[in-house]
Amino acid sequence: MIFRPDGQKQPMKRIELKNITKRYPGCVANDQVNLTVHAGETHALLGENGAGKSTLMKIIYGVVAPDEGQMLWQGENVRISGPAHARELGIGMVFQHFSLFETLTVAENIALSMAADDVTSMDELKHRIETVSERYGMKLDPNRYVNTLSIGEQQRVEIVRCLLQDVKLLILDEPTSVLTPQEVEVLFHTLRQLAEEGCSILFISHKLDEVRALCDNATILRGGKVTGDCDPRTTSTEEIARLMVGDDTPLSENYERAQGSDAFLSIRELDFKSDDPFATSLKNLNLEVKSGEILGIAGVAGNGQEELLNLISGEETCNANQVFFANQAVGNLGPEKRRLAGLGFVPEERLGRGAVPDMSLEDNGLLTGYQGDLTNKGWINKSKVKAFAEKIIDQFNVKTAGSHAQAKSLSGGNLQKFIIGREMLQNPKLLVCSHPTWGVDIGAAILIRHALIELRDKGAAILVVSEDIDELYSISDRICAICDGRLSPVANTDDVSINQLGLWMAGDFNHQVTDSSSSSTAEPDPSLC
Amino acid sequence: MLTLEKRPSDSQTMSYLSPLLAILLTLFSGAVLFTAMGKDPLASLYTFFVSPLSDLYGWTELGTKAGPLLLCAMGLMLCFKAKIWNIGAEGQFILGGLGGGYIALELMEAEGIWVLPTILIAGAFCGMAWAALAALLKTRFNANEILTTIMLNYIALNWLLYGVHGPLKDPAGFNFPESAIFSEAATLPLIFEDYRLNISIFFALFAMATIWTLMSRSMMGFQISVLGEDQSAARFAGFNGKRLTWLALLACGALAGLAGVSEVTGTVGQLTPYISPGYGYAAIIVAFLGRMHPLGILFASMLLALTYMGGEMAQMDLGLPKSLTGLFQGMLLFYLLACDLLISYRIVKVKKSPAVAG
Repeated sequence: MIFRPDGQKQPMKRIELKNITKRYPGCVANDQVNLTVHAGETHALLGENGAGKSTLMKIIYGVVAPDEGQMLWQGENVRISGPAHARELGIGMVFQHFSLFETLTVAENIALSMAADDVTSMDELKHRIETVSERYGMKLDPNRYVNTLSIGEQQRVEIVRCLLQDVKLLILDEPTSVLTPQEVEVLFHTLRQLAEEGCSILFISHKLDEVRALCDNATILRGGKVTGDCDPRTTSTEEIARLMVGDDTPLSENYERAQGSDAFLSIRELDFKSDDPFATSLKNLNLEVKSGEILGIAGVAGNGQEELLNLISGEETCNANQVFFANQAVGNLGPEKRRLAGLGFVPEERLGRGAVPDMSLEDNGLLTGYQGDLTNKGWINKSKVKAFAEKIIDQFNVKTAGSHAQAKSLSGGNLQKFIIGREMLQNPKLLVCSHPTWGVDIGAAILIRHALIELRDKGAAILVVSEDIDELYSISDRICAICDGRLSPVANTDDVSINQLGLWMAGDFNHQVTDSSSSSTAEPDPSLC
Repeated sequence: MLTLEKRPSDSQTMSYLSPLLAILLTLFSGAVLFTAMGKDPLASLYTFFVSPLSDLYGWTELGTKAGPLLLCAMGLMLCFKAKIWNIGAEGQFILGGLGGGYIALELMEAEGIWVLPTILIAGAFCGMAWAALAALLKTRFNANEILTTIMLNYIALNWLLYGVHGPLKDPAGFNFPESAIFSEAATLPLIFEDYRLNISIFFALFAMATIWTLMSRSMMGFQISVLGEDQSAARFAGFNGKRLTWLALLACGALAGLAGVSEVTGTVGQLTPYISPGYGYAAIIVAFLGRMHPLGILFASMLLALTYMGGEMAQMDLGLPKSLTGLFQGMLLFYLLACDLLISYRIVKVKKSPAVAG
C-alpha cells in the first residue's frame, strides 16, 4: 500500500513517464519505458549496470532529452529543458559521483547551486543548513571544508542541498555504494522521514536487500526495457533477480574456504606519502597474503586502496624491504620486474590502464604478456600473439567479433574477462585484483569468481580489493578493511560479522562486536551477570 | 538540418578517405584562388601540380625534395606515435646542417673515403643533441615539448645565421653570408650525372624501411604506440615512459640532422642562411597526411615536395609569388584536420523531432 500523507483516496501521481525511448548510436538505452512514482512513495529502480537506469534518471533530471515519449509532472505535461528547470519543479538528484568543490566549505558549495535571489546572506544560509540537517538527522557543520569530510558526509551535503530547495522528488543514484553499513542505516532513516513528509524518492540500486528494507515499489529494467513492477517486500529475491538478469544465468554460488600455505606477498611497516595532495597516506601498513588463499580488503573508495595497489604493482615504488614477493625484496622495483617475479595485476580502470582502448585484443594481450614466448629478443611473434588472444577469448568466454576487435568495442564485463584471463593465463604466483566484478553482469561475475577460486586452488596468492562486501564474503578466505590509509586486523572471513567489518571500514579497529549467532559457544560475560 | 553525430567506432575507411578529401578541397580552393587572381584555374593548377613532373629532371627534383621530407617525417612519426608533439624537426635539421657543415669546412683539405661519413655522422649527432635538449626539458622538468622545440627552432636558425655571417663565412666570398663551397670529398655523390639527385634519397628509403619494421615488429615500437595511445596502460605494463621519450626524440633528431647534413653536403653544397625551405615544418604535414604510416608518409612526402616545385613553377610561368607553396601546404593541413573530424563523427540528417510533450 502506498502512503498517502494528504489522505486522498487516489494517491497523487508525482511523476509519470509514458513510453520513454532514448537511442544512442548503436544501442537503445531506454525502450518504451513506463514509470509512475506517487507522492510519498519510495520507488526503487532496479537493474544491472547498463540496464538503462542512469539514462532514465538523466531524462527525468533534464540532462538528456528523450527521443520519444511523454512525461507528466504532478499530472501535467512537461518537457524538462535542463537540470535548472528540473530543480525549479522540485526535482533533486544526488549523483553517484559528487559534484562538490573540495577546496570550498559546505555552505559555499551549497550557495553555488542555489538561485541567486534565494541566498540573501551567508549567515542565514548557514543557519538554514544547520536546521535542515539536524531535522533529518544528518548533522552538518556548514563551515567545514569539503575535503575534510568523509564520503558519507559529502553525500549529506548533496542531500541537504536538495532539501533546501523544497524537493518533491529526490533521485538517488546508487547512494549506498560509497557508504559503510552503519552510514547506510543513517541514510535510510533520513529517507524514511522524508517519505513520511510526502517527498517522493526514486532509489536506484542493484542491491536487493536494501531495496527491500526501504522501498514500497520497484521497477526492474533489463537491456533498456521494463521487465517488471513489483512490491519488493513481498516478492522473493529469486524472482527479482530473475527479472534483473534473465533466465539463463546461474544465481547462487558457494565456495569452500581455503587455508593457504606460506606467505607470498608481505608488506612490512609501509609508510607512504604521495606528492598528490588529495591522495591518502598509508600509515604503518603490514599485510601478508599466503599462497593458496584469497585475502579480501574491504573499504570505502579513497581510503588508500589505490595507493596500496600502486605500491604492490610497482607503478609506485618504496624502499626495497617494505614489499616482499616470497623472500625477494621488490619494493624498489618497477612493474616489469615484479611481473617477472610472479605478479599478475587486474586494475580497477579497465579501459585506459588495464587495456588500451583503441588497440586490438591481440595487442592488448601483448600489453602484459610480453614476458612469455610472445616476444623473442625484442621482436614480436605475431602468430603467437594472435594465438594468445584467441586462447583468452576461448577459455574465458569473451564475447567479441574476434581477436582483431578494439578493446573499446567490448562491453565492460567481456573486457574484464579478457583482462583477468590475460593475467591468469600467465600463471601468476600473486594475483592482485581491484574491484574484479564492478559493473560486470552477473554471468560474467560468476565466471570471474570461479576463475579466481580455481587459481587459488592451484596455489596462487590472491589479493582482492573491493567495495562489494557480499562479494568479499563469498570468495575471501581471510578478510580485513582499510580506512584512512590504515589496515584493520586480518581475520578468517567466517569469524568476522558484517557489523564488525562495518566498524573496521569506519576506522574503529579496537572495538570487538560479539556476534550473537556464535555466542552460544562463548563463555558468558561475568560483568553482565 | 544536418548535424554531427559520434560514430559508435572510428571509421577505418574515413581515415584513408580523409587525406584524399583534403587534397580535393585544397585543389578546389586553389582553383578559386587562381580565378580570383585572374588566372585560368585549370591551367594554373596544371602548371602547379603537373608540369613540374613532365620530364625526368622533374622527377629527380621531386626525389631531391622528397628525401629530406621523408627523413624528417619518419622521425616525427616516431614522436607523434608516442604523442610527443615534436615541432622541432626544423631546428634539428638546421643544427644537423650547421654541425655537419662546420666539420666539412674543417676538413676542406682532407681526402679519403672517411671524410663524408664523418661529416654525416657529425650532422646526425648535432641534430640528435638538439633534440636531446627538448627531451631533457620534458623528462626532467616536465616542460611542454611543443613550446621548447619551437623555441629551439629559432635558436638553431640564429646559430646558423651567426655562423654564416661570422666565423663560417667564406673569406673569399665577397662578404656574402655564405660558407666556402665544400670539397669534392665532402660532397654526396650524385646518382645520375647532370641531375641534382644524390644518394641521400637512399638514406631516406632505408630509414623508412627500418622504422617501418621497428614499429610493426619490435617490442620497442609496440611500447612507443602504447605510450602514445594510453600513458597509464604503459605505466601499468611497466614500459619506461621517460626512456621511450628520449628514444623517440633522439631518433627523430638524428634523422632530421641527417636530412640537414645531407642537404648541405648534397643539394646546397655549402652553408647559406637558406639551407632549409621549411622542410622540418612541412614534414609535420607529411606525417599527418600520411596517416602516420610509412607508405602513406612516402606518398605524402612526394606530394609536399611537389608543392615546392609547383611554387617555383608558378613564379616562373605564371608570375605569382613562390609563397603559394606555403599557402597550399597550409590549406592541405587545414582541410586534413577538418576532414579528420569525420573519422569519429558522421554527418546525419535530423528530422524535426516529434514533440516530446504533447
